[in-house]
Amino acid sequence: MKKYWKIVWNGITPANPILILAIGLCSVVAVTNSVQNALLMTFVFSFVLIFSEIIISLLRKVIPGDIRVPIFVVVIATFTTIATLLSRAYFNSIYEAIKLYIFLVVVNCIIIGRAEAFSYQNSVVDSIFDGIGMSIGYGWVIIVMAAVREVFGNGTIAGFRVFPTSYSPALVMILPPAGFLILGVLVGWLEFTLKKRKVKK
Amino acid sequence: MSYLANLGKIFVASAFVNNIVLLQFLGLCSYIGLTDNMHASIGMGYAVTFVTVLAAAVTWIIDRWILIPFNLQPFLQIVSFILVIGSLVGLVEIYIRKMSPHLYKAMGIYLPLIATNCLILGVTFINSLQGFDFVESIVEAVGAAIGYFMAMLILAGIRERLRNSELPDFFKGKAIAYMVSGIVALAFMGFQGMIK
Repeated sequence: MKKYWKIVWNGITPANPILILAIGLCSVVAVTNSVQNALLMTFVFSFVLIFSEIIISLLRKVIPGDIRVPIFVVVIATFTTIATLLSRAYFNSIYEAIKLYIFLVVVNCIIIGRAEAFSYQNSVVDSIFDGIGMSIGYGWVIIVMAAVREVFGNGTIAGFRVFPTSYSPALVMILPPAGFLILGVLVGWLEFTLKKRKVKK
Repeated sequence: MSYLANLGKIFVASAFVNNIVLLQFLGLCSYIGLTDNMHASIGMGYAVTFVTVLAAAVTWIIDRWILIPFNLQPFLQIVSFILVIGSLVGLVEIYIRKMSPHLYKAMGIYLPLIATNCLILGVTFINSLQGFDFVESIVEAVGAAIGYFMAMLILAGIRERLRNSELPDFFKGKAIAYMVSGIVALAFMGFQGMIK
C-alpha cells in the first residue's frame, strides 16, 4: 500500500507536472478563467490520462520500441475523441467555451510523457495509481488558479457569488495576462517552500 | 470588404491581436523551456514556422476533401490530424539532422516534441473551426508562426538580461519567465481594438 501511496504522492508535489516539470501548460493558463472550465478540463484530462495509461501498460510487451510514440499518440487520440464527444453531450455550454483546449489534450506533453516514462515500463496497477496521482497534481493546480482568478475577476466561485454585487471586479484577473502572473507566483511560492524545507533538514 | 483586405485582417489578427502564444497560450512548453537560450529559440522559431504552414496546408486538404464529404469529421478529425502532423515532423527532423547537426544539438529533446507542440495542431483546429478556405488557412498559419517567433525572441531577449539582475533565488528561472510573459501579454493586449 505504501508503494502505491508513494506513486500517487509523486504526482501531487515532488514531480508535479505543471509546477515542477513545467509541461502541458497550454490548457493550464487558458482554462483557468473560471472554476467550471477548470473542472471540465480536469475531468477530460484525468479520463484520457488514466485510460491511455491502462491501455499502454497492458500492451507494453507487444508494442515495438521503434514505433512506440505513434502508437501512444493513436491511443491518446482515441480517448481524447471519446472525452470530446462525452463532454459535448453532457456539458455543452462549457464545452463550447473551451473546445479548442479539449481537442489539444491529445498533444498534452504530460500524457505522452507519462506513457513513455511510466506506463511503458510498469504494471497496470502501478500505472493506474500514477494516472490518479498525476491527475490530482494537475487538478489541484488548475482549480486553485481558477478559484483565485474567478474570485477576484468576477466575484464568484463556480457561479456562486462570494463577494457582494457592489464589488467591482478586477477585470484583468480573468483576462489572459493574469494567468501567467498567477502561475509565476505559484511556481515561485512552491520553490520557496521547498527550499525552506531543505534548509531545515 | 475585398478578399485581399480580409486576408490582411486575418494575418494581423493571428500575429498581433490574438497572439498565439501570449493570448491564446498555445506552444507554451517550448516557449518557456527553450527561451533561456537565444540560439535555440531562433532555431525552434524557424522549425515551427516551416511545419505550421506545411501542416495547415495538408490538414486543410484532408479536412475539406476527405473528412467533411464522408461525414467523418466528428470522430476522426483528432486522430487523422495528429498522425499527419506527426509524420511531417518526422520528415523535418530527418532534414535538420542531415543539414545542420549544430542546430540539431541545440534543440536537443525539443525537436521530437515539436510533434506534440500544441501550436501546430492548434492552428489546424482553429482553421477548421473558423471554416477558413485554403488561402485564408495559410495566411492564418503564417501569422500564427510569426507571432510565435516574435514572442520567443522577446522573451529570450528579456531572459538574457534577467540573468544578470538580482532576483530572489526562488523567482529565478521559470517563475520570473511566467511573470515577464504576463506583462508582455498585457502589452500585446494593447493591440485589441485594432480590428473590429
